[in-house]
Amino acid sequence: MREKMLIAFCIVAAILLAYNLYVMLLVLPDEVSQGPIFRIIFFHVPSAWTAFLGFLAAAVASVLYLVRKDLRYDAFAVAVTEVGLAFAAVTLVTGMIWARIIWGIWWTWDPRLTSMLVCWLLYAGYLMLRHAVEEPTQRARIAAVFSIFASVDVPIVFFSIRWWRTQHPQPVVWGGSMDPAYWNTLFLNWIPLLLLGAAMAGIRLRQERRQRELEALRRMAHAL
Amino acid sequence: MDERNFLYMFYGFLAAWLILAVYVVALAGRERRLQREMENLRRMIEEKQKEAS
Repeated sequence: MREKMLIAFCIVAAILLAYNLYVMLLVLPDEVSQGPIFRIIFFHVPSAWTAFLGFLAAAVASVLYLVRKDLRYDAFAVAVTEVGLAFAAVTLVTGMIWARIIWGIWWTWDPRLTSMLVCWLLYAGYLMLRHAVEEPTQRARIAAVFSIFASVDVPIVFFSIRWWRTQHPQPVVWGGSMDPAYWNTLFLNWIPLLLLGAAMAGIRLRQERRQRELEALRRMAHAL
Repeated sequence: MDERNFLYMFYGFLAAWLILAVYVVALAGRERRLQREMENLRRMIEEKQKEAS
């Protein structure tokens, strides 16, 4: 059942992405001041939203693990964090490519860019930390605390453009002045990325369960 | 300028898909490794159980 759902997610995502690509490249006109490069926003922003959603879901699962001591929450946290990290990488790289044309530079130590890079490094550190601890319950506890700590950076990234003077464009949501046609495509492209993220997290979660089965089998093999 | 602008848009799209594709390949690789390790361990346990009996 779950397998079929994951396949369905991927198929729907592929159809929506194909349609969105058609709209982005052949229907929507170039943005007046930025030109074709503006279209990067259709991947840059939804990827950031998907990453943040993953990181916040990981924080909730980490709190639940600390309360209930159930390793399934830990497995969920690592699955969504890993997928979130991939989408955060998409956000950073697409942003840099956009900046090269619009700002003339690949990178600047602007509050939004810096806090996003710190966010990526924190969650990469979370995954490395998990490799460093062997005992599963100890690993889950330390990782849960670290994930909750790292999640503090998510609202900082999100609100950085309001809290500090920044070179980054002003908000797209809540007070943005984007044309409705661009706005619709932006949201429509978030749906397939979300579906893709959910499918990836589902596969990663299944792998985490298999990893635990494997550890149990290893213990059994040693006992024999 | 326009040509460069369009080219970088293409790079942006390509980079987005490349990163996700690399992650999917990594997921598939891990899936294969887990499967292989699971089969090896099961075989080893069966052999040990046969030896013990």
